[in-house]
Amino acid sequence: MEIKVLEESDITNVAPSNSAISIRDLKKSFDGKEFVLNGMSLEIPRGKITVLIGYSGTGKSVLLKHILGLLKPTSGRIHILGQDITDMDTDQLTKLRHSFGMLFQYAALFDDMSALENVIFPLKEHRRDLTREKMVETARARLKESGLDEKHYKKLPSEMSGGMRKRVGLARALALDPEILVYDEPTTGLDPVLTEMVDNLIVSTHNLRPGTTSVVVSHDLYAAFRIGDYVAMLDSGRVLLHGTPQDFLDSDIDLVKRFVSKGVRKELHVGHDDRSTE
Amino acid sequence: MSARDRFNRSFDSFFLWLAKKFRQFVVDVGLIARFGFEGFRLFGAKPFRGSELVLHMEFIGNKSIGIIVMSGLFTGMALAYQIYLGFKLVNATSLVGPTVGMGITRELGPVLTGLIVAARAGGAMTARIGSMRVTEQIDALEVMGVNPMQYLVSPRLVASVIVMPLLTGVFDFAAMFGCWLICIKLLGMDEAAFFDRTYLWLEPFHINEGLFKAAVFGLFFAVICTYKGFNTKGGAEGVGAATNQGVVLSMVMVIASDFFLTNFINMFYIVFGMSSWK
Repeated sequence: MEIKVLEESDITNVAPSNSAISIRDLKKSFDGKEFVLNGMSLEIPRGKITVLIGYSGTGKSVLLKHILGLLKPTSGRIHILGQDITDMDTDQLTKLRHSFGMLFQYAALFDDMSALENVIFPLKEHRRDLTREKMVETARARLKESGLDEKHYKKLPSEMSGGMRKRVGLARALALDPEILVYDEPTTGLDPVLTEMVDNLIVSTHNLRPGTTSVVVSHDLYAAFRIGDYVAMLDSGRVLLHGTPQDFLDSDIDLVKRFVSKGVRKELHVGHDDRSTE
Repeated sequence: MSARDRFNRSFDSFFLWLAKKFRQFVVDVGLIARFGFEGFRLFGAKPFRGSELVLHMEFIGNKSIGIIVMSGLFTGMALAYQIYLGFKLVNATSLVGPTVGMGITRELGPVLTGLIVAARAGGAMTARIGSMRVTEQIDALEVMGVNPMQYLVSPRLVASVIVMPLLTGVFDFAAMFGCWLICIKLLGMDEAAFFDRTYLWLEPFHINEGLFKAAVFGLFFAVICTYKGFNTKGGAEGVGAATNQGVVLSMVMVIASDFFLTNFINMFYIVFGMSSWK
């Protein structure tokens, strides 16, 4: 399989309409001297799971904040679902964010609300046409889809385990039927069993919603290969390699080889057929 | 280096430090003022946060009534007794009621209410918003397309401005009741003379002056405490530091601004031909 290292010339030949997220020559500097993102270009295809990996400090979180419109780039363009968000004002960004669902690293649940209320919250904010009963019904459906047992629906986040909180966070992210699902280091700090559970949850959620684009930020290469249709490795504010998991195994790039060789190769089961779901 | 050079160097560095601190102070005041203005402006934006407003009014107002009544009662009793001891020397004990009334309604009522509510509700505001910041709950609101300023800050600002004069009214009443208890029930003063003198000297504009001050104090502590919470950095330690700074700064602002407000209100009386002293 051909390895694809994305260069600016490649990017400009790809029509943004084929991608859910299109990033072109993105640069970001906070102090005007050092660039955290240094001419990054990346095409994230629609309807696929793309995993962004890289060592700490390679710009993963900063890239994510740009995709979500929380940061403005120093230069470069970002297209989300065909719309250029670079010059959007707050109101336009707020509307666009209805297309996003995000699972935060530690779920970021509202700690004064129960699991059910957390999932109802985005519906209350953006679907005011729905009755209270319909909102509760939708929230229950999302929680069920995320695999949370009904007996936990009225629990506060402080009364839930890490895995349960992730499930509620995912249900909340799914509440508005987003076109793009973003996962920010969803397995950080979890034990291996919970890590596998969350990975399976990502895959099953994606499979249940054809057409949804999933973007997962992770530093876990094994998980990236297990769940990702595509993997993009970031280094020094640029995309070092963007391709299928097999492209990574076949890569001659030294840094990629070192990343892959850390005991991952022998455990890998690359491809959709081997994916397990809950 | 000679002693003179060392002195000059220390002198220079002291003034450089002072200039830096002053510059930072001016920048901080500007940022807090802009934050407060934005908070009030967004209260008029859609969607109207009526239920949050009621919720915060209940928290700031209703839940402070107990402590306000107790503080008012004992302040009135202590002040009445001290003034009685002083006025007895000049045989003017019939003026204890109006003196306590003026002192309470114009100064002690709003100032003590401001200090108590800044410590109780202001501290809670900073801690709540600060912990939401460090646990990514504010980011979650933003990604969900909810303006966190409008959802978290605006209702708290408006609630504080509305509730503070009401609480000051309660404090005034409790303090005057305490004064009545001491003067009539403990010291055996003539009740008719007590009420007659109080009605004669205490004017409605004295009470209004205190209520106006209370609203301004509410504005100050709410803006400072929400600003500190909203800009919290770090983990639990950051929340603790922000809460400490928010409460201390609010209390200093209440006391310092009281002096300027008193002068401003007296200027107002002079300009509009109203005497603050009958």
